[in-house]
Amino acid sequence: MLRQVVLVPVLPLTGAVILLLFGKRLARVAGYLATVLVAASFVVSLTILSGLAKLPGDQRLVVRHLFGWMAAGGFNVSVDFRIDPLSVMMILVVTGVGALIHWYAIGYMAHDEHKGRFFSYLNLFVFSMLLLVLAGNFLVMYAGWELVGLCSYLLISFYFTRPAAAAAGKKAFLVTRIGDLGMFIGLFAISHVFHSLDFGTVFGAAAQHPAPHFWATAIPLLLFAGAVGKSAQIPLYVWLPDAMEGPTPVSALIHAATMVTAGVYLVARAHVLFEPSHVAGAVVTGIGAATAVYAATMALTEDDIKRVLAYSTISQLGYMFIGVGLGVLYRSPEAYTTGLFHLVTHAFFKALLFLAAGSVIHAMHEITDMKQMGGLLKRLPITGVVFVIGGLALSGIPPFAGYFSKDAILGEAWIHGNYAAWGLGLLGALLTAFYVGRQIFLTFFGRSRVPPEIHPHESPPSMTIPLIALAGLATIGGFLGVGDKGSILNRWLEPVFPSPAVALAPKAGIGLTVLAVAAGLLGLAFAYTFYLAPGATERRQRITTPLAPVRELLKHKYYVDELYGAVIVAPALALANAAAAFDTHVIDGGVMGVGRLVGGGAAVFRRIQSGLVRRYVLTMFGGIVLVVGIFLIAGR
Amino acid sequence: MTHFPLLTVTLLLPLAGALVIGVIPKEATRLIRAAALVSTLVTFVASLFIVFHFNASVAGPQLEDQARWIPQVGATFHLGIDGISLWLVILTTFLMPASVLVSQHVGEKVKAFHIVLLVLETSLLGVFLSLDLALFYVFWEAMLVPMFFLIGIWGYERRRYAAVKFFLYTLSGSLVMLVGILFLYFVGGHSFDIASFSHVHFAKSTQAWLFWAFFASFAIKVPLFPLHTWLPDAHTEAPTAGSVLLAGVLLKMGAYGFLRFSIPLFPDAAHRFAPVLGVLAVIGILYGGAVAVVQKDLKRLVAYSSVSHLGFVVLGIAALTTTATTGSVLQMVNHGLSTGALFLLVGMLYDRAHTRQIADFGGLAAVLPVYGGLFLFVCLSSLGLPGLNGFVGEFLILNGSFPVLRVLTILGSGGVVLSAIYLLWAYQRVFQGQPKVPHAERQSLWKDLSFRELAAVVPLLVMTVVIGVYPRPFLRRIEPSVREAIHGAANAATPSGSSSASGFKGAKP
Repeated sequence: MLRQVVLVPVLPLTGAVILLLFGKRLARVAGYLATVLVAASFVVSLTILSGLAKLPGDQRLVVRHLFGWMAAGGFNVSVDFRIDPLSVMMILVVTGVGALIHWYAIGYMAHDEHKGRFFSYLNLFVFSMLLLVLAGNFLVMYAGWELVGLCSYLLISFYFTRPAAAAAGKKAFLVTRIGDLGMFIGLFAISHVFHSLDFGTVFGAAAQHPAPHFWATAIPLLLFAGAVGKSAQIPLYVWLPDAMEGPTPVSALIHAATMVTAGVYLVARAHVLFEPSHVAGAVVTGIGAATAVYAATMALTEDDIKRVLAYSTISQLGYMFIGVGLGVLYRSPEAYTTGLFHLVTHAFFKALLFLAAGSVIHAMHEITDMKQMGGLLKRLPITGVVFVIGGLALSGIPPFAGYFSKDAILGEAWIHGNYAAWGLGLLGALLTAFYVGRQIFLTFFGRSRVPPEIHPHESPPSMTIPLIALAGLATIGGFLGVGDKGSILNRWLEPVFPSPAVALAPKAGIGLTVLAVAAGLLGLAFAYTFYLAPGATERRQRITTPLAPVRELLKHKYYVDELYGAVIVAPALALANAAAAFDTHVIDGGVMGVGRLVGGGAAVFRRIQSGLVRRYVLTMFGGIVLVVGIFLIAGR
Repeated sequence: MTHFPLLTVTLLLPLAGALVIGVIPKEATRLIRAAALVSTLVTFVASLFIVFHFNASVAGPQLEDQARWIPQVGATFHLGIDGISLWLVILTTFLMPASVLVSQHVGEKVKAFHIVLLVLETSLLGVFLSLDLALFYVFWEAMLVPMFFLIGIWGYERRRYAAVKFFLYTLSGSLVMLVGILFLYFVGGHSFDIASFSHVHFAKSTQAWLFWAFFASFAIKVPLFPLHTWLPDAHTEAPTAGSVLLAGVLLKMGAYGFLRFSIPLFPDAAHRFAPVLGVLAVIGILYGGAVAVVQKDLKRLVAYSSVSHLGFVVLGIAALTTTATTGSVLQMVNHGLSTGALFLLVGMLYDRAHTRQIADFGGLAAVLPVYGGLFLFVCLSSLGLPGLNGFVGEFLILNGSFPVLRVLTILGSGGVVLSAIYLLWAYQRVFQGQPKVPHAERQSLWKDLSFRELAAVVPLLVMTVVIGVYPRPFLRRIEPSVREAIHGAANAATPSGSSSASGFKGAKP
């Protein structure tokens, strides 16, 4: 049954290995090979979708056992794949959006001499991400989780001779590994409490007998620590803005559409472990809501076209966590679905925005500062139009995809009476629309501020065709979730999140929707007033002069990087230096001092040290004779 | 001895190689190197036969060879192998050809160097194969001599200091152990055969004394905090082959000693003092890792990383659960491969640059892409990336320790963040950024890895993937022997209530 699932990760893995070994020689065809393999993986994923859809709803769970991985002393873990509606949804997003981004990258990376290495890493990433979402147990998922982190590291620091890129890659790996440490310990706890790491076994046991009180809260929080790192939430989000040092297709694939959503997937996948803990649900929702607003504020003053999108991604991931967090709090299948729905639509429109931004950067000869752009719509018509589509989707304007999913999340918060999450979400929507509008107006409209030596022109079809495809998805993708409980996505995911017996709260009214759309339109209108409308510059100055301190604070990202540097990095480094000094002077000095005393004073030791090798030989032979002598005496 | 004496032959093959080299004129250095390589390869092939003939379902020693040795004192030439020693023997024979291949830089006393190297191999194998305490002790001490020469003659600037320090540390530990061995001999009925002690149940106070006597020697070898300061000097000053074997094999002798002697022979004491071992192990993990972060010398950084990594091995032994301790034995092999490969690579860099100072380098991955890629690969194995070997060992150790040593396990887990910090930060400074290489004008130096260098290091990397993806064949052979070795000490726990030690009773299935 569904044996072909093995091909889904193996196809990109093959590409990664081939290109890693022969990338130099295959440089010309590397992009095509990598793209075809991911596309093939997508086709296989479609056959799995249709295979699974043919089964009755309650039987849509197939576990494919591949081989035994670790086994020792009663602990046993295999490499298993779990095919269910959730993992199939994820592999379709990863391979579908992944294939489009690979295709785009052929054009984007055409002039890079290290194409072989680039596409090798990109394929390796797709493999790792597929491993993560297909895993049938926590350990294989953790393996995928760490491997996507590796690929993120490799691709952020792809231009490794640039010190900033090297530093950003390392920062991403280390910051996420701090979160992963929590998850790592969470795995020990799960294994200790449930005597297994297998999803089926653990979830089955947890549904019957939830973990004892302490563990019921500790386990989801430890797991969530990993999600906070990987999905760049407060307080571990600091690596994601810096990750923009990587090539733009990487930002689109890893830092927008797929890897960063792994934390959302984790909460959805392990919801059975989260649900017993009200604290866990509150933490997930709270961190999500706080991050949604907090990250959006930093996007307001950002001038780098990619970094705006990075903050936006952090913020939108916050919305997804509101969705799944509400699912945990109220055991609501619909709420989980809204989080995952936003994951899907966000993958479409944010990949689109990043790739369109990449097209702009490509045309602008690597300039990313929006202050040097303006009026680009005329020069880059396709890029401009698709960017606007992506921006409207992100702002939650109907009928674009983001409207449906964001509205659904806010609706869930409202009907469950979680007005704090709803209010923060609404505020975030307003801010989002403002920075999106600002970005669109600064880049594509108004007077051109392009340096005279640069003559931007539209990107080649290999880049614009994937853009158009993604724009199509960002336009119609919302219909996956139309119709609340009866929606395609809700019905598909129903076996994963079985409905509780209790009837649900009533549906959110139309008034809420109007309010959410109004917030979006208001944000866009503000952006228009301050960035495009006649007299915008003066109006902006009038506002920014009194608000200068706020502006400074936002420009410096609330000084959090500086704070972490002073409070965590510097003391840790000082501690390590102290340990090293302690080692040299106290421990080594102490032991050597004792050695000198035992050896009959420093003079003897010095003599030994300064002696010739010949003397050592003599000493050693003396020692051996002594040892043998003791034996012979002892034997008598 | 009716069967073919496979273990004896494997043990003596390197010595035979040394004898052959002995008759080669010392000017014929190419021939000497070739003979040494062939000798180590033949030994490796012979050791593979041990794996083929090894019965995974047997816990006790197998393929035993026994012969008269010094009957006057009851010492016999008794060799055998079990799941604890099997992979350490293979690791030794596997690392030797690589060690010979990277010793091209040795220009002086080439003949003596290779003879010493091969003598060292025999003594290392002897330590793991001996089932007689007297024989074990002879090999244990004998190993000191060639290693002392390797560091003292063919080492780097501060070689003499490092060699003497290594020698004095190890010898002082061994002397205490010798007292313990002699005591065992008299109490255990005038025999040195390990099997004969396993039937003797010592009084608890006696066990305690014996435990600490052996501890002195093993803890220095591991090395456990605070007895580790010989290690950075010895590892850094030794020639590449010496560092590889020190890190790859010698350090394992301490952990091996705990598993072979301390735990099965003194189970009550082992149970009682295991938490002490665990605390020292976790201090080693965190302290070694922290000190590694700020090292300026690349080789010294790798040396301190060993203190940290061996801490995991000892933590798994201290846990006394089959899962954790099996992980420890595998992790000994893993550390041998990863750190062995790191020392090989650092040596290749020194051959080119004649410096190991991190600050002297930059952007090396742009100059030597293959070298840079392989170095990163080894770093990933060392920092425990899933799919590579280190992860399997670390996970089994920590997962198996968690139920019994909860706080220590959580603290020790911090080591996985530390290892990422010191390795990736060093990688960033040496391999990334703007290219900056010493002696850049001598372009001949800055060729990427030669075939010989690749042949030395690539087999190790292949094994890191094999163990990372499919560790079953290794674990399957380790587990029965580990189960038996820790049985007594783990069960000494039962009366006092092991579940109360874990503080929580697992959920009913």
